[in-house]
Amino acid sequence: MNFNALRAFMVKELRHILRDRQTLTVLLMMPLVQVILFGFALRSDVRNIRLVVIDPTPDHATLDLRNRFGATSTFRIVGTYQSTDSLEPLFRAGRADVALVFDPDFASHLNGSEPARLLIAVDASDPNTGTTYLAYVRTVIQSYQAELNQPGRQVEIVTQTRMRFNPTLESVNLFVPGLIALVLVLVSALMTAISLSREKERGTMEVLLVSPLRPQQIIVGKVLPYLALAFANVITALIAAWAVFHVPFRGSVSLLLAESMLYTLVSLALGVLVAARTSSQRAAMLTAMLATMLPNALLSGMIFPIASMPSWLQPFTYIVPARWFILIARGIMLKGIGLTLLWRETLVLSIMALLLLAAAMRSFKPRLE
Amino acid sequence: MSNAVEVHSVSKSFGAVKALDDISFEVRAGELFGLVGPDGAGKTTLFRILTTLLVADSGSASVLGLDPVKDLWAIRSRVGYMPGSFALYPDLSVSENLEFFAAVFGTTIEKGYELIEPIYKQLEPFRARRAEALSGGMKQKLALSCALVHRPELLLLDEPTTGVDAVSRREFWDQLGRLKSSGLTIVVSTPYMDEALRCDRVALIHGGRILEVDLPQSIGARYSLPLIAVKGSNRFALLQTLREFPSARSVYLFGDELHYSDKRVNADAGEIAAEVKTFLAQHGHADAETAPITAGIEDSFMELMGSAPAPKAEAA
Repeated sequence: MNFNALRAFMVKELRHILRDRQTLTVLLMMPLVQVILFGFALRSDVRNIRLVVIDPTPDHATLDLRNRFGATSTFRIVGTYQSTDSLEPLFRAGRADVALVFDPDFASHLNGSEPARLLIAVDASDPNTGTTYLAYVRTVIQSYQAELNQPGRQVEIVTQTRMRFNPTLESVNLFVPGLIALVLVLVSALMTAISLSREKERGTMEVLLVSPLRPQQIIVGKVLPYLALAFANVITALIAAWAVFHVPFRGSVSLLLAESMLYTLVSLALGVLVAARTSSQRAAMLTAMLATMLPNALLSGMIFPIASMPSWLQPFTYIVPARWFILIARGIMLKGIGLTLLWRETLVLSIMALLLLAAAMRSFKPRLE
Repeated sequence: MSNAVEVHSVSKSFGAVKALDDISFEVRAGELFGLVGPDGAGKTTLFRILTTLLVADSGSASVLGLDPVKDLWAIRSRVGYMPGSFALYPDLSVSENLEFFAAVFGTTIEKGYELIEPIYKQLEPFRARRAEALSGGMKQKLALSCALVHRPELLLLDEPTTGVDAVSRREFWDQLGRLKSSGLTIVVSTPYMDEALRCDRVALIHGGRILEVDLPQSIGARYSLPLIAVKGSNRFALLQTLREFPSARSVYLFGDELHYSDKRVNADAGEIAAEVKTFLAQHGHADAETAPITAGIEDSFMELMGSAPAPKAEAA
């Protein structure tokens, strides 16, 4: 491989990027603007909330309330334990949405004069769904309480809530990972698709193809400079999120950056694939938008929770790269978890990157046809 | 000497459109070879086959003794190609464009400077200017420099003078003459007949077929019909009237005059000129002047085109 040619190619790409001042400004400002725009919250409906019950002293009263949760379609009891020890790992691994922790004296207090106590812990790393979960839990408890209340017998159930991972329910905490995903896909897929198809339209692709440059060199030369631009974007988005909205950083920043680059690689490969299969800049741009922006914004769980999508649509979210990246980014930023819990998502993204790069190389023909 | 380019019965179709139809010719080493024909004749497709960008449907070709299908990478580093649109990066400066193409071909400006010097010298005052801010003639010179910087053995130029002013065109052809004398083989396509005269040999191409391959002068001399130049004030009306003339074979606009050819192959041109003048005077063109002339390459081309198979969809 002719290294000088590759370096010259990347220098040329960087010049294209740096000289198109308007586009560059838009690209660099985008993370900032989006962090601020997505400061707004979106409400959503949920089903199949995964409920964990911690019941230190099971008896008829706690069983009664548990059954009420189990009987609705909104909740699914995924585990019942006697101690709170098992709760933390379940939340961290993302296997529980809500935990119901009964006070050891719940049943006796319910029949006595003291208020019966109940703790509701919610995974609020997604604050919109977090508050929705809480509202559903409260509804069930309130209706139970209302049924027990007879004239002459007042039952009092006092609930305490813990919003796990995101105690202040900042919706921006939810959106920062999502918008990093969106900005990255936009910069990477859209910009590489445009810049490759621009070569085709200008006729320079014809000269590049006639040159001794191999298709792999052209692809690598196109992709690497945008990887650098995407890196700058992640940094901007993170700084904006931290400085303006005080989004927490519980996990490793370097892991997050590394995962961002992996996700960017997936997007870049998509961009090359789109450009290789379209003939004009406009077609490449529209296809890249359709293939990346929309699914990544709508089907990734960034705006609409996947749990509340129709069941036939949910399988499609598995092929959306942003879905996996958002899980990773939220895990690192809000839960502070590392690769030991995120290896599965990372593996999915790595496989996607490899498959897409292979497909991009295959569809990038060394001739015009 | 061996042939730099050989094309044997090459055909290429795009869907229903036959872009090249059984084309054969060869270009000798060191020759300045012209492909002359109107837009849509198939010139660009032919260049793309020779530069390994397209694969012919049938037939075979050889470029510098190599097969454009099997030996594409060997051909690519030895050929210089300038596509129809000057393939330059508008946002890069003159020197950045040249540097880039030099690096891509594994060389540097310094190493290739000797060959491009006479052309690039004129661009050097503007070396920091972006390519988009150059005039058509300057762009053409830069594109030629980029195609030459790796010192190719064969230069393929697809309509290099389209959209360039007359002075730059002449300078460009002077440069081609200089490059040819340095031993470079050049294949150049053009829609302009005057440029054809500057080639060693030309192939007339129309509708995907080669009509003639010969010295540019001989192609004109081969014209056997009596040919009359007609001048008058209203060329369009003259054209209409002349076509009514009983023994008219063809009439077409030629610059600011009309060229008229007659069906009577062995008749005397002077007599026909007189007949035509009388006919025109009778039909309200008293000011029309007629004179017998010697046919040029363009007349031959018009004649050959007229006898070529019916134009295909792309020419319509």
